[in-house]
Amino acid sequence: MSFFFEVLVAGLLSGVMYALVALGFVLIFKASGVFNFAQGAMVFFAAATFAGLQQEHHLSVWLALPLALVAMVVLGLVIERVVLRPLVNQPQITLFMATIGLAFFIEGMSQMFWGSTPRGLSIGIEDQPFQWVSDRLNINISQFDVFAAFVSGILVVLLALFFQRTRIGRALRAVADDHQAALSVGIPLQYIWAIVWAVAGFVALVAGMLWGARNGVGFSLTFTALKALPVLILGGFESIPGAIVGGLIIGASEKVAEVYLGPHVGGGIEGWFAYVIALAFLLVRPEGLFGEKHIDRV
Amino acid sequence: MLRRTKVLAGLFGLALAAATGAALAAGEQFVPLLSYRVGPYAAGGSGFFGGYIDYMNYVNMKEGGINGVKLSWEECETEYNNSRGVECYERLKKHGGGASMVQPLSTGISYSLIDRVATDKIPLVTIGYGRTDAADGSVFPWVFPMITTYWSQASDIIKYIETKAGGADKLRGKKIVHLYHDSAYGKEPIPVLEAYAKQLGFELTLIPVAHPGNEQGAQWLQIRQIKPDWVILWGWGVMNPTALKAAAKVGYPRTQIIGDWWAGSEEDVIPAGDAAKGYTAAAFNGSGANLPLVQAIKKVVYGAGKGNLEDKSRIGSVYHVRGIVSGIVTVEAIRVAQEHFGKGKVMTGEQVRWGLDHLNLTEARLKQLDADGLMPPTHVTCEDHEGSGLARFQTWDGNEWKVVSGWISPDKQMLRAMIVESANKYAKEKGITPRDCSKEG
Repeated sequence: MSFFFEVLVAGLLSGVMYALVALGFVLIFKASGVFNFAQGAMVFFAAATFAGLQQEHHLSVWLALPLALVAMVVLGLVIERVVLRPLVNQPQITLFMATIGLAFFIEGMSQMFWGSTPRGLSIGIEDQPFQWVSDRLNINISQFDVFAAFVSGILVVLLALFFQRTRIGRALRAVADDHQAALSVGIPLQYIWAIVWAVAGFVALVAGMLWGARNGVGFSLTFTALKALPVLILGGFESIPGAIVGGLIIGASEKVAEVYLGPHVGGGIEGWFAYVIALAFLLVRPEGLFGEKHIDRV
Repeated sequence: MLRRTKVLAGLFGLALAAATGAALAAGEQFVPLLSYRVGPYAAGGSGFFGGYIDYMNYVNMKEGGINGVKLSWEECETEYNNSRGVECYERLKKHGGGASMVQPLSTGISYSLIDRVATDKIPLVTIGYGRTDAADGSVFPWVFPMITTYWSQASDIIKYIETKAGGADKLRGKKIVHLYHDSAYGKEPIPVLEAYAKQLGFELTLIPVAHPGNEQGAQWLQIRQIKPDWVILWGWGVMNPTALKAAAKVGYPRTQIIGDWWAGSEEDVIPAGDAAKGYTAAAFNGSGANLPLVQAIKKVVYGAGKGNLEDKSRIGSVYHVRGIVSGIVTVEAIRVAQEHFGKGKVMTGEQVRWGLDHLNLTEARLKQLDADGLMPPTHVTCEDHEGSGLARFQTWDGNEWKVVSGWISPDKQMLRAMIVESANKYAKEKGITPRDCSKEG
């Protein structure tokens, strides 16, 4: 029983890491209705910039962190100015295609600036179990995973407050509902998009630092987006709490499935099992657990 | 800045001939390079192809080429993608008077090229990767999985574990987990490991990791429950540092993890930080900036500003030296071919194949090349396209790899029988009549 509990807790904590990446997708989607294919690439660029500034330019963490944040904000502003602004009022599929191109561009740019060699990254939190929990309960709970969960929790609260309680947040929601209607009532679309891409850059930096500290900083960080997709399908593309709840469900169920079902079907199932769960939810609740239900008049 | 220029060139699909300083000219021996310097596996690709080019540059600069025939090359970016690899091969195979040989550093691309190289009469050299049964040169005359194959490596790893356990008999009743990348590459050694489990009486558990392997919590919880005596890590890319970190997380000692040689580079351990300390991996090439040949390349090539690696700290790294080894094999095969077909002449792909079929890199020859310790002695024949099978083991001490064993020989007898059986099956499926090696010159 304690082993099952350990698998479950490990899964829930892994799910929080997936949710961190999913949050970036949700932000962009909420503000523009665009599925940002480049979010994984942004995570990679953010982490590579932070690690590169520290290791290649020998900057302290306190200097590297704000500089990396500035780089992400600048990236967000440039994306808005160069890619999105010319595409205002274009079909969403056009914007989606633009983010595909953007993903490849950011991946190439990251390797161009920071090289292709993976780097280690330490943020001062050990990926080791709490000893006193291991000793008393025979369960390993990683200090790092708990820290990541704490960071995610703070991010969710901050973003929820931002969207619900601030003028900009309300404007973001208006823009997401209808670009033209938002423009007609005087909401500055470009300004709103620039802000949301900058905030998504900040979330990518946090996700990149945590994933980078866990697995190293390299091109593989772009693959974290694959882990976020089922989370989004399940939690809903527009819901910040949905990203967290979706992450927890996906993380826990894929781990339990891998450990208990995997050995009977040849193993290695967690990669696709998460998508099976997401698809099952999709059939029952297409907008996801927390997504907004769309009612169309016909 | 030059690195940025190079990657930009790769991004836009430009040939890197200008960057390498190589120029095509009549009377030069052309080597196509199906390289990858961008994309998910760029770290390995840039180190390997950097070493390969450095060695060819070294031969050109120090000796004026092979008996006066200068080497030339052109890179084509594959991004480790099979279709791009085939496209690059087709684009370059007739350049510079024809390709001497091709080394794609990709099992997937090499599988895609097996039929094509036979038609085009261009040798395909796959050192430490590719199709294992291609070691049977009678069925696969154009494919050379040289120095050592995946099956030899699996055998070498078990033999190394035997030495650590105190003898083969000590493995009876022990538990070994094979943690592998869930792909053809990861599954390749399973028949050999299963044969050993049966023969030596250890309990083998197979645990696959789905690509890309950046999440292994469930697998390591299983390992924690199984409590194996050894874990064989057959990973690739991000799967390797993730495995080492996850092992630390569940408290599994890294000293009991033995990686294969694609899990044994600096790129596999540095991202894992302290979690990689004490981890051991197989190797078929040496590493270190102090190796005599690496020193010579540094002096001659980098001293003249023609070195291929932008990051000088990577000179002598595992992938860089692996590229140098590939360069040695290329140059020596051409040299052997020239000795037979005419010194100072440009060799065709067919003639280079003859050179590969008769390549005998003895310890003495390796010493002449300043390459003793860089790779194991290798004697290729028409029947045996592997030529060695030796591997040794190295442990990561937190800063560098330390060699912890001599060259270990696989169970050639057991493996040869398996190779011949598999190759014959392939020949039957494809309608290939194996060549009679006793009639080959």
